[in-house]
Amino acid sequence: LRKNVEDFTGPRERSDLGFVTFDITADILNGKKCMVFFLTGIHLQSIFDWNVKQLFLYLSAEYSTKNNALNQVVLWDKIMLRGDNPRLSLKDMKSKYFFFDDGNGLKGNRNITLTLSWNVVPNAGILPLVTGSGHVSVPFPDTYETTKSY
Amino acid sequence: WPRSGGIRGGAAMDLFGDLRRMNKRQLYYQVLNFAMIVSSALMIWKGLIVVTGSESPIVVVLSGSMEPAFHRGDLLFLTNFHDDPIRAGEIVVFKVEGRDIPIVHRVIKVHEKGNGNIKFLTKGDNNEVDDRGLYKEGQNWLEKKDVVGRARGFLPYVGMVTIIMNDYPKFKYALLAVMGAYVLLKRES
Repeated sequence: LRKNVEDFTGPRERSDLGFVTFDITADILNGKKCMVFFLTGIHLQSIFDWNVKQLFLYLSAEYSTKNNALNQVVLWDKIMLRGDNPRLSLKDMKSKYFFFDDGNGLKGNRNITLTLSWNVVPNAGILPLVTGSGHVSVPFPDTYETTKSY
Repeated sequence: WPRSGGIRGGAAMDLFGDLRRMNKRQLYYQVLNFAMIVSSALMIWKGLIVVTGSESPIVVVLSGSMEPAFHRGDLLFLTNFHDDPIRAGEIVVFKVEGRDIPIVHRVIKVHEKGNGNIKFLTKGDNNEVDDRGLYKEGQNWLEKKDVVGRARGFLPYVGMVTIIMNDYPKFKYALLAVMGAYVLLKRES
């Protein structure tokens, strides 16, 4: 579900606000870092070794607009501690954070790429950022929704 | 010196006796030794600044806004390479213009122009809202120039020493006094 609403509360002039709902099913099995939205696929279990304290997972939307060559907006995040259930099955999630564009680049934008990444927080040591290898492309419609329902 | 009995009294007397008997040359030698240690430490620190590109390559986490990943007292190792792009999800340490305190938070929005101009928004993992309230009046975005570095590595608890020394200056002076005494009185046999 994607809507495009003319902005109302942004700290700047009228910017595009996008709404995206998504399912995340992340089932972690054997370490192949692949992610597929709306289907099962990620295996996070083997990432949790003795030196991993937590994973900070985040879903980010990446796209480019007339205004900016590169835009990245984090839509949703989750902290997964070692010992938590490594299977994520979240259906019909709304984004946690407002998907504002810096300008009006969401209208008619066909190529918004959603990727799931995670920050590995060790007990001590290096802090790597890993991107899941799958991604999903969502296009936004060409017109704004005038209803305020969500 | 009062002639107190007992072993402890005797040892203290020996120590002060040593200090008196140490001639000027030995004293200079000890002081130079000490100066060398301090200089080496400073050189290592400067070297780290050059190698990492960050003005402050090691920082202590001061607040709980990034829990449960980082707690107050943890140590972070930063790099700040010029060509490293700022991307969503990265943990950056930045300073708000006009304030001295470094803040460690995560990048949640990035808008980069074709010419390399970047503006980004941050938020602490443990905070409900983004950092706009922390920025300067009227400032809505951070820029590359506000960044002290990107967090690349982390050690828990070790930075507590700095926090304790800051909060309890008497502890800092006591520590310095002990170190000074050790350096002056240590004898290389």
